[in-house]
Amino acid sequence: MTPALALMAVFVAWPVFTAVRFSLYKWKGFGPLSNFVGLDNYKLVLQDDAFTSAIVHNLIIVGGSIAVQLPLGLGIALLLNRKMWGQGVLRTIIFVPYVLAEVIAGVVWFQLLQPQYGTVDALLGKVGLHGPEQGFLGTPEYALWTVLAVLTWKYLGLAVILFLAGLQSVPEELYESAQLDGASWWQVQRKITIPLLGPTIRTWCFLSMIGSLQLFDMVWILTGGGPANATTTMATYLVEQGTKSHNYGIAGAASVILFVIAFVMAITYQFFVLRRDTLDDSRKASRKSRKEAVR
Amino acid sequence: MARKTRGAAVLAALCAGVLLTTAACGGSDSSDKSSSGGKTTITWWHNSNNDPGKSYYEKVAADFEKTHPNVDIKISAMQHEDMLTKLDAAFQSGDAPDIYMERGGGELADHVEAGLTKDLSKDAADVISKLGGNVAGWQVDGKTYALPFSMGVVGFWYNKSLFAKAGITGTPKTLDEWFSDIDKLKAAGITPVSVGAGDKWPAAHYWYYTALRQCSQDVLQKAVRSLDFSDQCFVKAGDTLKDIIAKKPFNAGFLSTPAQSGPTSASGLLATGKVAMELAGHWEPGVMQGLTADKKGLGEDTGWFPFPSVDGGAGDPAAQLGGGDAWGVSEKAPAVAVDFVKYLLSDEVQTGFAQNDMGLPTNPAATSAVKDPALAQLLQVRDSSPFIQLYFDTAFGTSIGNAMNDSIALLFAGKASSQDVVDATQKAADQEK
Repeated sequence: MTPALALMAVFVAWPVFTAVRFSLYKWKGFGPLSNFVGLDNYKLVLQDDAFTSAIVHNLIIVGGSIAVQLPLGLGIALLLNRKMWGQGVLRTIIFVPYVLAEVIAGVVWFQLLQPQYGTVDALLGKVGLHGPEQGFLGTPEYALWTVLAVLTWKYLGLAVILFLAGLQSVPEELYESAQLDGASWWQVQRKITIPLLGPTIRTWCFLSMIGSLQLFDMVWILTGGGPANATTTMATYLVEQGTKSHNYGIAGAASVILFVIAFVMAITYQFFVLRRDTLDDSRKASRKSRKEAVR
Repeated sequence: MARKTRGAAVLAALCAGVLLTTAACGGSDSSDKSSSGGKTTITWWHNSNNDPGKSYYEKVAADFEKTHPNVDIKISAMQHEDMLTKLDAAFQSGDAPDIYMERGGGELADHVEAGLTKDLSKDAADVISKLGGNVAGWQVDGKTYALPFSMGVVGFWYNKSLFAKAGITGTPKTLDEWFSDIDKLKAAGITPVSVGAGDKWPAAHYWYYTALRQCSQDVLQKAVRSLDFSDQCFVKAGDTLKDIIAKKPFNAGFLSTPAQSGPTSASGLLATGKVAMELAGHWEPGVMQGLTADKKGLGEDTGWFPFPSVDGGAGDPAAQLGGGDAWGVSEKAPAVAVDFVKYLLSDEVQTGFAQNDMGLPTNPAATSAVKDPALAQLLQVRDSSPFIQLYFDTAFGTSIGNAMNDSIALLFAGKASSQDVVDATQKAADQEK
C-alpha cells in the first residue's frame, strides 16, 4: 500500500467506518459498545424537529449563499477587473474577511451585534432606528438571516478572487473583436465574459454548497444554534448531541446522515453540472467527431 | 460561503477513530503505571490552574509525599473546560487518572455502571460521616463513590448600591416581593436581572428552582430514581417560570447572552453595574472578578439572597438548588489514592482551601475559614437547608439534562409551553430506561 493510501485509510476510511459503527449502538462515551440498537438512532434523529429544521437551515444557507454571493461577487469582480485607481487596495479590502480566521470573525461580529451595547445597534440608534429588542442574534425570526449576512461578508472575498482569476483567462482578442463589432460593455459581459467564466462559477458554486452543508464554526460562535434552535445546522446538532449530551450513537447517526446528504448532493452536482467542465479535450473532440459522423 | 475543510462530521468521526485507536493501545501499558522504581505513582487531575490554588495543591501533594515516602503524586492542573474534554477522552480510552473531579448525579451513576469508579463507602467511612448530607449527590444505591470538597447553592447575587438607588430595603423573601422589587428597579431606570439563556443552563436554573418550590422533596427524589415526571407540580413549575418571564425582568437580548464570557455576558453585566442581579452559584464572585479591569468584581457592593418562596407550592421554601465538586478515585487506582483523597478532605487541607478562596468547604471544621461576607451567608443558608437538590441536569445525567435545558430555553423564547418542557424531559428520560 502506498503511504498516501495508508494515511487515507487511517484518517478517513477508518473514522468514517467507526462513525457508522457508533451510530448503531446506544453509547455514552465510555465502557464497551454493547447496546446494539440497529437503526433506532437514525429514527430518533430523523424524527427530531431540531434535526429536520437543521437540514432546512443548511439548505437555506446553501441557496442563500449562492443567490446572494453569485451576483454580488460577479458584479464586484467585473468592476475590479477594469483598470481603475486604487484597484489593489479595493481587491485587498474585499479579500481580507476571507483571510481572517472564522472564529475571530465570529467573535468580532458577535460583539458588534450585541443588543443595546453593540456597535450595530448604536449606529442604528444614531439614524433613529431600533434593532430588535432581543438583538439580531437573539430573535429567532432574524437570527438565521443575520448569520447568512455575516457569512456573505466573510466569503464574498473568495468568490470575487476566484472570478477575478477566471476573468484573466478570457482571451483579450475576443474583447477587441467585440468592440470592433460595436458591442456595448454590457453586451460584452453578457455574451463573452460570463459564458467563458462558466467553469469558474460552477466550481465556486460547488465549493460554496459543500461549505454551507458542513457549516459549523460561525454558527457555533454567533448563536450556538439558538435562539430556540433557529440557527441549528446539522453539524451543530451532532456536536450538541455528541460532546455535550454524550449521546454518541445519535451523534454518529447524525454524522452519517450529514455525510450521505453532502455526498449525494456532491455527486449529483458533479454529474449534471461539473461534468462538462471536467471532460478533457480529447474526449470532447471525439464526441464532436462522433456527432459529425452521425451527420 | 465555501470552506474546504472536511467538516465536523468527519472531524467528529476522526476524533472518535483516534480515540478508539488509543483505546486499543491503552490496554497494554496499565501495568507500568502504578509502581516505578519501588514508588507508587498517583495521577491527580484538578482545575485549580491559577494561583493561589495551583501552588496550594502543589504544597498539599508535597506534604503528603513527605509522610508517604513511597508515593509520587503527578499533578495535572488544567483549565476547567479542557479538563472535562480530557476526562471524557480518558474515560473513553479506559485510561482515567487515579484521582479526578466527579460532578455526581446521573453521570456518576453511568460511571459506576461501567465500573470506572471506586466505591469509597468503607475505606473513607469516617470522612463520609463527617461530611454529612453533602455527600448525597455522590451516592448510588446507598454507596458513596466520591467525596465532595466544595459545595454551593444557587441564589441571587445582587448589586447593593443599585438596590439602594431603587429604594429597595432588605431582600425579597417571596416571589411577590421579588416582583415588586423588579418594578422598583425598572422605575429607577435599572435593568433588573441578567440571564445567560444563550448557554441554556443559566435559564434552566430558574425552572429548577420553580420546580423545587412547586414539588415536594419526596416527588423530586422519586423522579430522580424513577425518571417519571407525571406529577402535575412539574407543569406548575413551568407556569411559575412563565409568570417570571412575563414580568420582563431580563436584560435585552438575554436569549443570546452567554453565561460568563466577556463583559456583555450575564455575569459581565452584573459585574459592571449594568444590571441589578443575577441567579448564579457560588462561583459568581470569582467569575465577576475576572470580568472587571480592577479584578475586584462588584467588591463591597456584592450581596446575596436565596431564591424566594412561591405561594402555594408543595416544596420547602428553605430547600436549595446546589451542586459541587468531589474527588473520585478510579477503579484501577492504587489503594493509597484513597488515603490521599481523605487527606484532601482533612480539617487542615479544607481550611487552607477555604482560606485561599478556592471554594466552599464541605468539612464543617473549615467553614469558619470562609471570610467573604456574601459567601459566608451563602454557606449558612446551605448548612441550614433541609434539602439540597443537585442541579437537575447533573442529577439526571447529560442526555436527559440537556434535553431538559433545551426545552426550558425554548420556553424562555416563548416557543414552548409548560407541558412541552415536561414532555421533552420525559421523552429523553424514556430513552434511558
